[in-house]
Amino acid sequence: MEIIDNSTAENNEESPGKTSRPKWGVVLVWLFVLGLLAVLGIGLVRSQRGSIKVGDRVPDLVLTTFEGDEIDFADLHGQIIVVNFWASWCKPCEQEAVELEQAYQLYKDQGVVFLGVDYVDTETEARGYLAKFGVTYPNGPDLGTRISQAFRTLGVPETYIIGPDGRLAAVKIGPYLSLDEIVNQIETVMAEQK
Amino acid sequence: MIANIGYYVLVLTFLASLYGAGAAAYGALKNKPEFVESGRYAMLLTGPLLTVASAAIIWLLATGHYEIGFVASVTSNSMPTYLKVTALWGGQEGSLVFWAWLMAAFTSAASLRKWDRDREMLPWFIMVTMITLAFFLSLVVFFENPFARLWLSADGQQVTAMLQPTGAVPLNPPDGRGLNPLLRHPGMIIHPPALYLGFVAYVIPYAFAMAALITRRSDDRWIRITRRWTLVAWIFLSLGLILGGRWAYDVLGWGGYWGWDPVEIAALLPWLAGTAFLHSVMVQEKKGMLKHWNVVLIILTYALVLFGTFLSRSGVLSSVHAFAKSAIGPMFFVFIGGTFIVSLSLLINRWEMLKGENFLTSVFSREALFLLNNFLFMGILVVSFWGVIFPLISELITGQKITVGPPFYERANGPLGLGLLILMAIAPLSAYASTTWKTIGRALWKPALVTLLVPLTLYFVGIRNPIALLGYTAAALVAFVTLYEFWRGVMARHRQHGENLPLALWRLVGRNRRRYGGYIIHLGVVLMAFGIIGIEVYQTETQATLSRGEQVTLGRYVMTYDDISVFDTNDGRNVARAVVSVYQDGKFVDELYPRKDYYYDSQQAVTIPGTRSMLADDFYVILVGLDPDSRSDATFKVYHNPLVNFIWIGGIVFSLGTIVAVWVSSGRRRANKTSSATRSTRT
Amino acid sequence: MRKFQMAMGITLGFILLSQVFALPAFAQDGGPTDDDVNAIARELYCPVCENIPLDVCPTQACEQWRATIREKLVLGWSDDQIKDYFVDQYGPRVLAEPPAEGFNALVYILPPVLFVIGALILFMVMRAWKVEPPAPKSKGVSVESDDPYIAQLEQELRQRDE
Repeated sequence: MEIIDNSTAENNEESPGKTSRPKWGVVLVWLFVLGLLAVLGIGLVRSQRGSIKVGDRVPDLVLTTFEGDEIDFADLHGQIIVVNFWASWCKPCEQEAVELEQAYQLYKDQGVVFLGVDYVDTETEARGYLAKFGVTYPNGPDLGTRISQAFRTLGVPETYIIGPDGRLAAVKIGPYLSLDEIVNQIETVMAEQK
Repeated sequence: MIANIGYYVLVLTFLASLYGAGAAAYGALKNKPEFVESGRYAMLLTGPLLTVASAAIIWLLATGHYEIGFVASVTSNSMPTYLKVTALWGGQEGSLVFWAWLMAAFTSAASLRKWDRDREMLPWFIMVTMITLAFFLSLVVFFENPFARLWLSADGQQVTAMLQPTGAVPLNPPDGRGLNPLLRHPGMIIHPPALYLGFVAYVIPYAFAMAALITRRSDDRWIRITRRWTLVAWIFLSLGLILGGRWAYDVLGWGGYWGWDPVEIAALLPWLAGTAFLHSVMVQEKKGMLKHWNVVLIILTYALVLFGTFLSRSGVLSSVHAFAKSAIGPMFFVFIGGTFIVSLSLLINRWEMLKGENFLTSVFSREALFLLNNFLFMGILVVSFWGVIFPLISELITGQKITVGPPFYERANGPLGLGLLILMAIAPLSAYASTTWKTIGRALWKPALVTLLVPLTLYFVGIRNPIALLGYTAAALVAFVTLYEFWRGVMARHRQHGENLPLALWRLVGRNRRRYGGYIIHLGVVLMAFGIIGIEVYQTETQATLSRGEQVTLGRYVMTYDDISVFDTNDGRNVARAVVSVYQDGKFVDELYPRKDYYYDSQQAVTIPGTRSMLADDFYVILVGLDPDSRSDATFKVYHNPLVNFIWIGGIVFSLGTIVAVWVSSGRRRANKTSSATRSTRT
Repeated sequence: MRKFQMAMGITLGFILLSQVFALPAFAQDGGPTDDDVNAIARELYCPVCENIPLDVCPTQACEQWRATIREKLVLGWSDDQIKDYFVDQYGPRVLAEPPAEGFNALVYILPPVLFVIGALILFMVMRAWKVEPPAPKSKGVSVESDDPYIAQLEQELRQRDE
């Protein structure tokens, strides 16, 4: 609209008696064009940068579990947190569901916290999924997709391992293919932290 | 082999376009015509070269060369040949080449014209078009190469590359992934090319406008030269939009034709600016007014073409139409940024040069009403633009994704559209310079009186919806005024020349194709408005899960579910096809076969409606789902779409009108031969 | 216009209910019909697809969301409660339009403001360009015919035929 407004305003100046064209019009048009390019540019950068990188600080988030408990990531500092994004409609997620639970059983007493984040799902199906695969670690819906947006996930399943320092230590995009793969990744993170 | 040839031809064309741009600019600056001429030859070469490259892709697609990454991603063995060929524009890589091909063909054609009177514009025309072409070619040469082969790298990853990566072995899959099933529709043959033709053709008026600015030609020569190009671009863009609506109606299975999806709007934006331009250039040709505004509009139109292409191809927007995320985003961003900034700088720099004689004698004069027309088109453009861009801004500020959907656009654009309809009824009755409300009133009262019958009749038959009443009254006024215009013209000729009425009509239109072609376009718009109001206000729907033999009722219609069969086809689909009977007022009228096709290769399902299509309404049935346990209980969604066919009929009338307007009239050809002086007398 | 469709959809739903015909098992006990569910789904967007209204989205996930709407309807939730629930769960992008609060109010404010500014500028431009019509000249033209259109047309035709 700025373009139009300005130009008609400029045309206005051509009428007899007026000769100078307003500087503010030119400034406004440039502001508009550069502003538009800025928005597009930032949008482009955002769409291209992918999920957060290893070593980035993970913002403090709160997961509300299906049981209604609130788990604040800030309270878990000093522990390794395994955040797994999944959904009941996601077929590849089913491949890793049992292994994740097994890994949880292995590590739950070693200072490793497992959290399941259910990405845009329906509660009935989600509970059915958890029961079907016998998942016992805390799980909750990604309310308002805030958690997935913080991690800038690209889809499900994705798993993010946060080190005790609150920084991202490892990422797995797509399903884990075996229990060994999960164990290896957690062991590596534990080794790095020592 | 073919792939290598194709790729090197692309590289060659890229170099030719760069050379053309450089040689033309150098020749113009140093006043060396031989360089300009050589640049022109380079430009003429791009068309044939890209024809070779496109033919190479088409050949690879048609013969199933799945070792080529692009071929494997958009075709499969089970696809019919015509779809394999049209898969050229079914993916990012191919469609970029296709785009470049069309652009090269258009610019080559435009450069063949006689340039005697416009020598000084030629080099700049070549420069602008060839830089644009070089940009699109750089995308395919460096990023989205349609000829890249598939390789299995040493660590087991599938990669696409032109040259063999070290340690990789060639991959030659026996079958491809196949075209996105939504695109496997006859409409796919024409919808994207029509849209692309429209987009691409706008580069020509834009390049002429830029050339005029650079060479400081302040007359309206660039408008006259590109008048036909502008119309051609506009008709293809219009056709692309209408065909897109038809395709959505037939394939997407939501009973609608337009969803205010960001990418749909991205194609609508240049159309809005282009339509405003079509109207306002007439004011400049006739009165020498609005010189600035017309340059602004053509730049805006072309900028919106680029903007829309950027949005749909860079992955910035989320949309059903968006291409997969790709590496071309940043390149594209630099290009549109550069184009915007250069165009704007040039425009501001040459602003003083474009001073015209702007004066209005009456607010009812044709030129004043054209201003109002432009204002309303800009209003719709601003609303639509804002709706598309706002989610991006909002996400930046609030960090949350939001949707701006149909209610937003309908609420704002509905009244503006109504305003345009009313204007469409009044403006043809006005004359340039000296119209008063009295002359308008004198011309208007007869059609207006007839029009009054429309809302009265509608009210009498029970139509109370204010939108329908208002919309139909406005549409009827346009229709009656336009027909009355034809009538008056015919009668004038009849009286003056003694011609019989059909001959008078033929000659009337023939002698002033642009005006009467425009009126036919207006009638097409009226028909479309008739259909749009019908379906938007009176569409009804219901959904039900039925067992065999059960029925569902929608208004006067009853549909019974007779049977279903599920079978595999030999072209790689699993089809669930239901048989339903439609009864209207208790009488059997039709049997329909809504289906759901599941494509094995791409693992996607497509819902194909069963439609009983009549002039008055469509009965439109979708097979939503099949109960997985019983394999016979099925869920149907049934739509009643009143008057929807008038949208397509209107589209045809609309196209015919444009063809009339664009056709070289016999009178004009004669005028061209004898002298060009009479041209200024045309409306 | 969606509003009208919805109103009609609901009315139709009631009319259909009163007639004797096969409805899904649910509806026979007076529960929500598919149409009731779609009436709400139409105003929501599929949270994972891109720009597809929930009532027409064909994926399995959307099927489940429609089932969720049905569950909530059975529990007696109102339309607004269900929409709020979807917003809480999946974020504001599920709404066809953002709520007019905070920054997002701008989406509704800017167009009318620009429209008014544009209209004002158009008015000013037209006033600035306004000149008095050369009265006697236009009279001269209309001697031929009191209808300026015919006059113009005839004049044009004459010029053409010359």
